[in-house]
Amino acid sequence: MIGDGDALLRLDGVHTDIGRYRILHGVDFAVRRGRVTMFLGRNGAGKTTTLRTIMGLWRARKGRIIFDGQSIAAMETPRIARLGIAYVPENMGIFGKLTVRENMLLATAPRGFVEQQLDRVLESFPALKLKWETAAGALSGGQKQMLAIARAIIEQRRLLLIDEPTKGLSPAMVDQLIEVFLRLKSEQTTILLVEQSFPVAEAVGDDVAVMDQGYIIHAGGMAALAADEALQHRLLGLSIAGAI
Amino acid sequence: MSEDWLDRLHRWAPYALTPIIMLIALPVMGVGPWLTLTVAGLSMGILLFLVASGLTLIFGLMDVLNFAHAAFVTVGAYVALTVLGPLAGWTAELSLTLNLVALLVALLAAAAASGILGFGFERVIIRQVYGAPLRQILITIGALTVIEQLVIVLWGPQAVPLPKPASLRGSVLIGASAIETYRLFALCVGLVVAVAMQLFLTRTRLGLVVRAGVENHEMIQSLGYNIRRVFVGVFMAGTALAGMGGMMWAQYQAVVSSQTGDSMTILVFIILIIGGLGSVSGCFIGAILVGLTNNYVGFLAPKLALGSNILLMALILLWQPRGLLPISED
Repeated sequence: MIGDGDALLRLDGVHTDIGRYRILHGVDFAVRRGRVTMFLGRNGAGKTTTLRTIMGLWRARKGRIIFDGQSIAAMETPRIARLGIAYVPENMGIFGKLTVRENMLLATAPRGFVEQQLDRVLESFPALKLKWETAAGALSGGQKQMLAIARAIIEQRRLLLIDEPTKGLSPAMVDQLIEVFLRLKSEQTTILLVEQSFPVAEAVGDDVAVMDQGYIIHAGGMAALAADEALQHRLLGLSIAGAI
Repeated sequence: MSEDWLDRLHRWAPYALTPIIMLIALPVMGVGPWLTLTVAGLSMGILLFLVASGLTLIFGLMDVLNFAHAAFVTVGAYVALTVLGPLAGWTAELSLTLNLVALLVALLAAAAASGILGFGFERVIIRQVYGAPLRQILITIGALTVIEQLVIVLWGPQAVPLPKPASLRGSVLIGASAIETYRLFALCVGLVVAVAMQLFLTRTRLGLVVRAGVENHEMIQSLGYNIRRVFVGVFMAGTALAGMGGMMWAQYQAVVSSQTGDSMTILVFIILIIGGLGSVSGCFIGAILVGLTNNYVGFLAPKLALGSNILLMALILLWQPRGLLPISED
């Protein structure tokens, strides 16, 4: 059990319905401060629904969502975002008609870009610098993913919610993203990362929560799960080498 | 032809459409009538843009299709009529300065009245039907009828003449072409507003939020922007523009009636569909195309004028099923 002091985000008995269907059936788990929590599970397990419920894009029908001691379950999405939670959705949420610069600018505070912060982000994603005034819709899939993550970290955030960032990317691009996550991790950034690739989860995760059919079926240390092949088989149904 | 060229052609074709139509019309009607009709078409198009641009942003930002938009056009026209009444002395003078001051006062009053009415309309009517398209259609059509009837109660059922100011009557001769002075004036005012809107949308943070919100409501909220609050501002601005458009349109036609807004409705919706719902740039191109087509065809085959715009819409939709410049590729 993670103590309240350690947990930056805690979900207690969260139920979410989409239309007539119950998707989350009482989700309980916590995300510890300064750590990367991997959120694993098969397709349709309810991971994206959990992230969207945290962001207030779908309403929790029941249960509590506590962020840094404050209940956010009933808050509007913009207010949740202003608490310092950045969200990178599975479809990346890029504004295709806007340039890379404009996409980034929208994620900054009203004062605009701070040169030092911008340089730090563009150092991790040099391709974005080259495409700075290009319409984001014209970027490749990998570049769009970079833009989505760069946008999430252009300002200091307290929590990053990232949904399947490596999906459909080339191995080289995945390696680049792993490097970025490791750098964020070294800076004590708190991340809740939905991932389908176990090797990626193993490379960057500190903690892990595994979800199935709207329930959390396992929570613990990532290293312990990586070391226990039988548990992986039981929870995820596949060998550690492959995708979940 | 390489794929790159084809891609570029596909991207630029919507922008080339208007000059192509203008060039095709030139040899068909000769230079004199062509110049007259082109200016008339451009000024009509720009006035339609004033009305349609607000509606397209309102739809793009919150998926609200407001069929009562025409009511704000009519209210703007009547408020301008009311304001211009006491200023009749200024508009009758052959002084350009006095005429322009009177028009500016009327224009601001029309915009303010329609904008304030729009604010109330959003709070009382639209807010209740977010995300419910069928209810939106029913309630906004109902509201259109109610506002039109209230206009009749306040200003009477008769159409009222709205003469143009003295300096803007008559025509300017350019070579063999006679160009109505008021049309040139309307074209200038419309262009100033269109440029101001473009600057707002592209050079300001709020404009950026509006453009992003039109593309993806959820993501802009996830970045911390309250899209509902932005929408109220856009709704007010959209209805204020409709009021300005109503005043300019009524003077263009020299008459105000409770049907002033209705007379634009079909053309405005054609423009929205041609341009791509939610797209301001598409709306601009669509409005100019509709204005030009209406005037060219009205000259060559008057009975086909309105039908020609429906045909234009059908042809464009066959070519680009989601309009000339759709807001997203999805």
